[in-house]
Amino acid sequence: MRDSIDSTRLGTNRTGMQMAPQQAKEMLDNTELDVEGADIDTNGQGIAEMRADYIREADPLGSVPPPGTMKGAVKSGIKMMKGRRPQAFIDKLGERLAYERGGTRLYDAAIVKFTTFASELPDVDVAELVQIREQEAEHALMLIECIEQLGADPTAQTPCADLVGVQTMGFLQAVADPRTDLAQTLNVLLSAELVDEAGWEILIALAESMGQSSMAARFREAEQQEQEHVFKVRGWYEAVTIEAGKLV
Amino acid sequence: MTFALFDDRGTPLERQRFTWRELAGKPISKLDDDAFTRVRVILMHGIESEAVRFQHAAARMNGELRLPLAQVRRVEHHQQTLVNWLLGADHSPLETTIGYEQVAIEITAALAQQEPDPYLAQTYRYGLLEDFDHMYRYAALLDRIEGKDANNILQSYTDVAPGRPTVVEHRSPENDLRRPFDRRTAAPITKLNAMTLVAAEHQTHDYYMHVGPLFADPVARQLYAEIASIEEQHVTQYESLLDPTQTLLEQWLLHEANETYNYYSCVQAETNPRIKALWERMLDYELGHLHLVSELFKQYERRDPVEIVGERLPEPFPFESQREFVRETLANEVDLRASGPDYVSLEEEPQSSIDYRNQLNSEGSPSEIVSEGYVWRPGTELTRKIVNL
Repeated sequence: MRDSIDSTRLGTNRTGMQMAPQQAKEMLDNTELDVEGADIDTNGQGIAEMRADYIREADPLGSVPPPGTMKGAVKSGIKMMKGRRPQAFIDKLGERLAYERGGTRLYDAAIVKFTTFASELPDVDVAELVQIREQEAEHALMLIECIEQLGADPTAQTPCADLVGVQTMGFLQAVADPRTDLAQTLNVLLSAELVDEAGWEILIALAESMGQSSMAARFREAEQQEQEHVFKVRGWYEAVTIEAGKLV
Repeated sequence: MTFALFDDRGTPLERQRFTWRELAGKPISKLDDDAFTRVRVILMHGIESEAVRFQHAAARMNGELRLPLAQVRRVEHHQQTLVNWLLGADHSPLETTIGYEQVAIEITAALAQQEPDPYLAQTYRYGLLEDFDHMYRYAALLDRIEGKDANNILQSYTDVAPGRPTVVEHRSPENDLRRPFDRRTAAPITKLNAMTLVAAEHQTHDYYMHVGPLFADPVARQLYAEIASIEEQHVTQYESLLDPTQTLLEQWLLHEANETYNYYSCVQAETNPRIKALWERMLDYELGHLHLVSELFKQYERRDPVEIVGERLPEPFPFESQREFVRETLANEVDLRASGPDYVSLEEEPQSSIDYRNQLNSEGSPSEIVSEGYVWRPGTELTRKIVNL
């Protein structure tokens, strides 16, 4: 079986021009011929104009569905948001729910990588990773309760929840790839956790501005845990990365 | 009265024009448009891709028709582009896959019910239960690798549950070949239904072959490899229903009639006004193609196109949930197996198919592994409770 330093071994990487000196020279000859005297626009003005044109005409990704049950809404929340736009809050709750569910699955994929390479990483306790995974799943359940309290539908994919899928696709791809090593996996997890932590901070502020102080209190507990996730993942990432730079 | 095929000549070919801006137009909304709008987009992309595929094959076998084939095909290609670009980029490849399987289930079930030939209807019900199972396996994959609920795509129109297990769908090729309809006696609707399903399954096969390698996760890579293999079987199955003695021009004429019929059905059902206008425009383009090919048919075969496609289109097929029909078919026919062109009981399945799949499954079955213990729940299995509805 390979070990984790395999990812940084020296080898026959063919992507750089120095690997093909003769062809590289020919490439440059051709490029010089093409650009001679030409007025090159490296700002991509045409690209910017086309994009702007589409942006002006684009429809939004979609809408936030209206609350389906008023039972929960009456009981707690929505009336306290008078003068506010509860749909903006529901959209962001949907976003965090999608993020936490996706995060749980991201850790499912990461945990396998850690258990496979367990002997190489004595400083990382897989049980701690499993705990992070469980906390992400618990956060999702807590968010479902909050969405229900507002009389909204926790099964709906809100626009910001939809965008979470687009935004995190690279995380999932990078971690699920059997070729990526522990350090590469941890780098991705750190990116995911930093965004997650910031997301909770903003959700807390939004909940406060909506008059949802009890929800904000629950979100603070989640944020505390997310801070611990960032701390742990960053520590593991640094340790593994520095280890890979040592002579064996 | 249904649509008269030869009353309106549609848009003449020389006026069927596009710009890049039109081809890359505004996508539909994944969240707000009806799931059946997406079903129509995916289906019509399949119909157009079949038009291009057929016309290329025809050009390889006929020198005289190469110019009109090239002229019509260029438009078909741009129609295909315009339709396929309606899918927004916020669909992950796996979410689009859920859409493809919804097409396979709902359209196959609708056509099975309107099919007058009992053998072809049986074949559609047989294929339906396999696509139904694919939905279940992909929904498990979507839940377990992306943390997403397939029902956000399905919008509660289509059940997510096991069908004929994918692990036993793998058959030896001779057990995928069916008896073709007879071109002389089959009703036009029989010919059109078969062509629609060939088109839908062929594009599904092509789609899985393109997106399968985009996944990093080995579980996904294996599952796409497995289900793409079944789609190849389904193309073999549905294609073998087509009478091979139909002439090339007869087949081309039927293809154009089928495109017309499919767009006509879309126009009747579409709820998004912008997309409905687009289907109407495409219907007019297809009428233009149909008339052009009708003239070629008269010129080369000295026959009346009405003999082949009839004067009027059949009733449009419905775009709506076929839940009850699917459940009933599942309850009655899940244990059917194929023996040559016949449907037999579980115990009578030929050894050749069993041997074939035992070898393929000998290092594990991705469809079984991905869905082990999976039960669809609202909001993914991570919710672990029934959400208040």
